[in-house]
Amino acid sequence: MVDITPADGIPPAEVAEMELYHPHSWWTKYVFSQDAKVIAIQYSATATGIGLVALVLSWLMRLQLGFPGTFDFITPEAYYQFITMHGMIMVIYLLTALFLGGFGNYLIPLMVGARDMVFPYVNMLSYWIYLLAVLVLVSSFFAPGGPTGAGWTLYPPQAIMSGTPGGQDWGIILMLSSLILFIIGFTMGGLNYVVTVLQGRTRGMTMMRLPLTVWGIFTATVMALLAFPALFVASVMMLLDRVLGTSFFMPAISEMGEQLPHNGGSPILFQHLFWFFGHPEVYIVALPAFGIVSDLISTHARKNIFGYRMMVWAIVGIGALSFVVWAHHMYVSGMHPYFGFFFATTTLIIAIPTAIKVYNWVLTLWRGDIHLTIPMLFALAFIVTFVNGGLTGLFLGNVVVDVPLSDTMFVVAHFHMVMGVAPILVVFGAIYHWYPKATGRMLNETLGRFHFWVTFLGAYLIFFPMHYLGLMGVPRRYAELTDMTVMTESAHHLNSFISIMAFIVGFAQMVFLFNLIWSIRHGREAGGNPWRATTLEWQTPQTPPAHGNFGKDLPIVYRWAYDYSVPGAKEDFIPQNMPGSFGPSREPA
Amino acid sequence: MAVALVLVLIVVGSVLFHLLSPWWWTPIASNWAYIDNTIIITFWITGVVFAAVVLFMAYCVFRFRHREGNRAAYEPENKRLESWLTIVTAVGVTALLVPGLFVWSRFVHVPSDATDVEVVGQQWQWSFRLPGKDGKLGTSDTRDVTADNPLGVIASDPNGQDDVVVEAADLHLPVGKPVKMLLRSIDVLHDFYVPEFRAKMDMIPGSVTYFWFTPTRTGTFQVLCAELCGQGHPLMHGVVMVDTQQDYVAWLGQQQTFAQLSAPQQTGSADQAPGKTMASGLKIAARLETVGSR
Repeated sequence: MVDITPADGIPPAEVAEMELYHPHSWWTKYVFSQDAKVIAIQYSATATGIGLVALVLSWLMRLQLGFPGTFDFITPEAYYQFITMHGMIMVIYLLTALFLGGFGNYLIPLMVGARDMVFPYVNMLSYWIYLLAVLVLVSSFFAPGGPTGAGWTLYPPQAIMSGTPGGQDWGIILMLSSLILFIIGFTMGGLNYVVTVLQGRTRGMTMMRLPLTVWGIFTATVMALLAFPALFVASVMMLLDRVLGTSFFMPAISEMGEQLPHNGGSPILFQHLFWFFGHPEVYIVALPAFGIVSDLISTHARKNIFGYRMMVWAIVGIGALSFVVWAHHMYVSGMHPYFGFFFATTTLIIAIPTAIKVYNWVLTLWRGDIHLTIPMLFALAFIVTFVNGGLTGLFLGNVVVDVPLSDTMFVVAHFHMVMGVAPILVVFGAIYHWYPKATGRMLNETLGRFHFWVTFLGAYLIFFPMHYLGLMGVPRRYAELTDMTVMTESAHHLNSFISIMAFIVGFAQMVFLFNLIWSIRHGREAGGNPWRATTLEWQTPQTPPAHGNFGKDLPIVYRWAYDYSVPGAKEDFIPQNMPGSFGPSREPA
Repeated sequence: MAVALVLVLIVVGSVLFHLLSPWWWTPIASNWAYIDNTIIITFWITGVVFAAVVLFMAYCVFRFRHREGNRAAYEPENKRLESWLTIVTAVGVTALLVPGLFVWSRFVHVPSDATDVEVVGQQWQWSFRLPGKDGKLGTSDTRDVTADNPLGVIASDPNGQDDVVVEAADLHLPVGKPVKMLLRSIDVLHDFYVPEFRAKMDMIPGSVTYFWFTPTRTGTFQVLCAELCGQGHPLMHGVVMVDTQQDYVAWLGQQQTFAQLSAPQQTGSADQAPGKTMASGLKIAARLETVGSR
């Protein structure tokens, strides 16, 4: 046994604990629950459900692109509705909701040592408004004219004109209404996550002892609270343009020989508002993934994360910088070309903290004790795809290189690799990692390995070759690739190959869903801490943790989250709530 | 072991794909070889980084994989190493950014001898306007667009009277002469994109945007719309023919001026202009109808 000495510097509790609201019935326990863990599972299940819709839409698109002219029901109109809904669902309703509403709700209170979020009732409202937003979005599939086909960027003036599906029907109105609801719901949850991290930490849990998962989700939430208002006002203004006939974004327009009653608005103003939200949004999805993957690598390599302080500052730095790079989405939008000098410079500067994170992940592997568990496999696959997608960002961020590549399949390949595939690989890794805590059972290993290999290699085979279609000049958002000189015979073959890979990767996700459901009852019993991890969520008295998380007394934190393989310690991990000293502390402070 | 091998194969496979696959850019037809060179520099730098990171990972996975009795090292930080990596990255990023900004500066500064060419986008066709003998384009306004004045040229502006109007037909350009493309739309966002020219720019209703280039070889090039502009977007193709000076002058002589088109007896004659190979917006609309009703 190690020598346990009283640790210094643990402050006394400042305020007495408040009693939680305890549910009295099945309804308040499982449906209108105020427990962050239940809300997390509600968020995750809803996001997964709507995500499956997006997956099916991607198949329909790939049917059209891979086998043009074969499927008559995929008209250009339908195709544009599919791309719009696929993009919006994946970015907002799946990834944002899953990382912040799902992982944020589950992990923040457990990891900082709190009994729950600080405002449980508002937290519950957040989920129900999110659900309403999803239902409004889904309803547009059944509305007259169908959902909007304006592309997920919803650029005016076309978004609200008759040449675009849903532009003069219900589609665009329902889309904008759903976004407004989503932002309201998110703000309620987001304030909770931020205040809980700032005010709800247990004794001894200083900010610089937080696991990087919490740092990632916390910073992303702060960014979302600052970025979403831009989308909110843009949505309200476009809704007014569409419904009341104002002209915020609508200049004088002659549509098919008819003069529209708009005048004086600025379409490019919308683009600035949209990307002022849209670029931070990329990092709202990426930063939680950065944080989570750091913890997966550290835990499964049995080694402290390399350069913790640098990692924290890189997260914060990326978050701040991401607010001054938005117009790199607009190099060929027709904005003043001198903006290009500024935004190319800021965009390439952001590559530096991002590269530091990559170095620190791979240096964590160096001289580690690497257990090739499924979460670790997904973490490794994340690094490959993220490095690949991040490096192609250096093409698109460097203003003049963007000119030929912008609006081509290169862009589609880039953003799918960097903010589609990479974060979703982290989501999978995280689910394999924390599923035992949430259910008490392990996911099936064989199915998991099958799921990993097909998803990782398949996704890479989909998106890596796709860059080269863009290099050839094949534009994105083309419902038909016919009568085009850039579309050579071999390019059509490549498209068919990509489509077939997309169906295979999609099938692997069905295996994953089966595993999720099957393992709830039939998985191997996990115990409280199957990965022998240090962070507080693995130290709860019950698994899954009960309401209130930590039993009678809250844990007291004596050390940082990364005491793996400490020299002199008997075990190769020391939980954060274990007191005692093991030689001179090397915890960065 | 298998994992390390797969990581190595990903690097080797990606590099081989890059070198051997038939999918590469179209032969360039403009002065923007600078852009192609910048892309090549970027491929080199990013390719080396990708290979280095993934191969390093492969080595770690092979060398430090778990075996009974292994224990990881304990090294929270290494200030020297972290500083060095930051500096090396900053140098790499600068090596990408500096040539990029240098070429961008050329891209945005139009040479003084460039000729104006106006491109007008509308759902879902391209029209063009060239300055007449006075070398100046007349002013225009979307609110002046009518069936007889499809580009909305302001009739009271004397500069516009001799402008050559090419409605929904092919654009011809003389080889070797710099042109400033003035881009305008009368309805929604479009983007004038010819892959062989390497340049593109959005067109915004209510604004005039621009880019410039010099065609460097003769030939027929396809124009693609590169900004989603509604359901006819993928069919919004056009044609630019780069001619020798002689052919260009011959073509120009056959075109109608704004004043000629505005004269009542001449209305609609642009539709019979020779060399018309582009589908008109109405034809696309009809085609969409058929697709929709299938």
